[in-house]
Amino acid sequence: MTQSNQPLIFELSKSGRTGCSLPDLDIETQPLDDLLPRSYQRKEPAELPEVSELQAVRHFTALSQRNHGVDTGFYPLGSCTMKYNPKVHEDIARFKGFAHIHPYQDSATIQGALEVMYRLQISLAEITGMAEVTLQPAAGAHGEWTGLMLIRAFHEANQDYKRNKVIVPDSAHGTNPASAVVAGFEAVTVRTNDRGLVDLDHLKELTGEDTAALMLTNPNTLGLFEEEIVEMAEIIHEAGGKLYYDGANSNAILGIARPGDMGFDVVHLNLHKTFTTPHGGGGPGSGPVGVKQDLVPYLPAPQIIKQADRYVFHYDIPESIGRVKPYYGNFGINVRAYAYIRTMGPAGLRKVSEFAVLNANYMLRRLEPYFDVPYSQHCKHEFVLSGKRQKKQGVRTLDMAKRLLDFGYHPPTIYFPINVEETMMIEPTETEAKEVLDEFCDAMIQIAEEAEDHPEIVQEAPHHTVIDRLDETKAARQPVLRYEKQ
Amino acid sequence: MSSFRYLPMTDEDQVNMLKTIGVSSLGELFADIPASVRYQGDLPIEEALDETSLLKEMSRLEKKNVHTKDYPSFLGAGVYEHYIPSVVNHMLLRSEFYTAYTPYQPEISQGELQGIFEFQSMICELTGMEVANSSMYDGPTALAEAAMMAAGHTKKTKILVSEAVHPEAREVLATNARAQRLELVEIPLKDGMTDIDKLRSSLDENVGSVLIQYPNFFGQVEDLQSIEEIVHNEKAMFVVSSNPMSLGVLQAPGHLGADVVVGDAQPFGIPSQLGGPHCGYFAVNKKLMRKVPGRLVGETEDRHGQRGFVLTLQAREQHIRREKATSNICSNQALNALAVSISMSLLGKQGFRELSEQNIQKAHYAKRKLKENGVPVVYETPFFNEFVIQLTKPVKEVNESLLAEGMIGGLDLGRFYRGREDQMLAAVTELRTKEEIDRFTTVLGGLI
Repeated sequence: MTQSNQPLIFELSKSGRTGCSLPDLDIETQPLDDLLPRSYQRKEPAELPEVSELQAVRHFTALSQRNHGVDTGFYPLGSCTMKYNPKVHEDIARFKGFAHIHPYQDSATIQGALEVMYRLQISLAEITGMAEVTLQPAAGAHGEWTGLMLIRAFHEANQDYKRNKVIVPDSAHGTNPASAVVAGFEAVTVRTNDRGLVDLDHLKELTGEDTAALMLTNPNTLGLFEEEIVEMAEIIHEAGGKLYYDGANSNAILGIARPGDMGFDVVHLNLHKTFTTPHGGGGPGSGPVGVKQDLVPYLPAPQIIKQADRYVFHYDIPESIGRVKPYYGNFGINVRAYAYIRTMGPAGLRKVSEFAVLNANYMLRRLEPYFDVPYSQHCKHEFVLSGKRQKKQGVRTLDMAKRLLDFGYHPPTIYFPINVEETMMIEPTETEAKEVLDEFCDAMIQIAEEAEDHPEIVQEAPHHTVIDRLDETKAARQPVLRYEKQ
Repeated sequence: MSSFRYLPMTDEDQVNMLKTIGVSSLGELFADIPASVRYQGDLPIEEALDETSLLKEMSRLEKKNVHTKDYPSFLGAGVYEHYIPSVVNHMLLRSEFYTAYTPYQPEISQGELQGIFEFQSMICELTGMEVANSSMYDGPTALAEAAMMAAGHTKKTKILVSEAVHPEAREVLATNARAQRLELVEIPLKDGMTDIDKLRSSLDENVGSVLIQYPNFFGQVEDLQSIEEIVHNEKAMFVVSSNPMSLGVLQAPGHLGADVVVGDAQPFGIPSQLGGPHCGYFAVNKKLMRKVPGRLVGETEDRHGQRGFVLTLQAREQHIRREKATSNICSNQALNALAVSISMSLLGKQGFRELSEQNIQKAHYAKRKLKENGVPVVYETPFFNEFVIQLTKPVKEVNESLLAEGMIGGLDLGRFYRGREDQMLAAVTELRTKEEIDRFTTVLGGLI
């Protein structure tokens, strides 16, 4: 990483420079006043930066050098599945026939794109054990909301209007309760028991005729498989509710156990986690939603269907919840996920989950002697450690996370799930070699030792990044959210 | 040896790791999954492909599509084909950007954070607003979020939306309004524009927001100044959805009193890719700063006083506020926002204005040529780079003829508006050459 401060692109600007060359107009022009009344015309030009092409290239290259990605180094961020993003997918998504097609072209002219979507719908339905899949949702949270709207439509179609509650575990992703509320429900929280699993008695207490759904991640955010999933499904179904599967952690179960077989009625997948599409620094993602047969009538239109040898958009879904996204979802992302499924095949996908789980358990056992382990059973694709022991030395989990930066690693997810003290949540993924896991564990062990012997080294970390810890309070109290010319 | 190039685990590694874990087989690690829900056999999906075969298969599929690089296209309607400098793609392929997660660790994410801060700044410049977030999924979902934010802020349950707003955006909005049990009322059209009298008569004290598209779905420029006065007289919030490319020549909505400006920045450096992923933007004035959905990047400093950037005002967001968050959005379109920043940086102040003006000039040239060829254009009000053509037969048939001539015709308005099956919404961007426009207008003239 570069050490120097990189100015804002606005600060590089000098009047009269440009980084693009537009062709001269090849038509007869008219004065703008003849095309647009004066009062409609922009008077103050937008102050975009004025830089040459090379200046722009140097600027954004410098920015990239101040960023850590999976290609830079290990990224064991729990619940985010930071696996390798295959290069060939970037080539494929940029094929002209995929990148430069318009959503309103006649479907006869985009048969290849429809075939990709159709096959992806079917593959994801098989992988999750669902009847049908919509590719419309743009991301995981968007998928959650879509899925909950489907459940709401199902209940309302049955004249069942009293179901206004969605149950979420206290260990759930923040998007779960937020999505429930945005879908018009009230979120109620079910406790985690001392084994890190949903407290079944509490679930029974909470479940009733006002239960619309239970939202669950399985394995859960502690990396543990909800062993009593069959019983949980029974409790919810008997009360007339539906089961929602948050697919954020599906990397542990591909070809091993399907949400549909566990009793889930709706599932979303994060293609940007499990199916290798790049996270892009926070997006774009893609969050397809699969449903069981009784929820199919409510899917957003259109679905892609096959009629004889043609692929067509199917709009005739009279009971649909309506559109959740313009056009057909994040096609450019979906192409990459489809390429991944074709690369791995059934045996490969199964190996993905086996190795993801093997890697996580290996790290768990290597680190167990040095950190508190709140749940000691075998984990799935991720696990949590607690920094309780180090906290006694005055070293917080945040400090250890910052110290990891000095070793060139992205830290684990910290302070989540919220039901564990000083949490660190580690997800290695299957694409990391044993040597990488060992080096990371060695660094963690060294940090644990430093916390005992030289806590200040950890407390004052990071020492080798381009910038020190930043003043977040100042950022929030005196917000500066844009560049303004001095 | 594993035949999967993304899986580095050797047999020897496995043996050693299992030993460390203290189990004798991989299967033991899955013993917690009840037998009754364990999947037996292989998933019924296609067998694995090697890299060469994969490329061959994906290229077989790609070649079945007619694309706009070979076929000059007159389609717009929310998705536009513009010049994308080569630099954009080269910078996006810097894998430190695209293989990164959300910048939760600012010390090793300064590149992404600064890039987004620059994006926010540029969106503010374009729209004339004070605060822009780090991106939304797309224009239509940004518009829906704006209406939800306004309802929450004003505590008023009615949303007024012009029928001249993109039909699919109104569909997305309807789904959101149903979710939140809000009433959605559509303001009818008059001559391809929002009917201002109807807008006035539909406004009452229960209206939280009025949603207008600028230029509207038919390409016409709405009279924001008049609308703003009417909306604010009733204390509703004024939400404008705008194609940012038009703002090189059109008055910025922020300078005309909009409370929220949203839209899709796809015209800046993002290929159409069948409608997604694109890049929604969301801009407000300072008083609404703490109501904004999604991520915001702010400037701050470290203990040495060195400038740096962080995600800020996170108390609005789902990972902190859970069920009390202002929105459930988490992932957004960060990489595409970066594409937009790069694109706008390359254009610069002059280039942006020039590009915007080329669009309005080309579209007006096309309109003149159509008239010369005896093809009527429906509206005579000001427009940007899109307008409605009156044909004498269904657009579907006309587009088949155009395709036979190697061109992609405009949108069949009958798809969304009953009775408009003979009307085509045509977009003419700077990419269409004189020769292409002449050919397009001649073919249409021959079909009249």
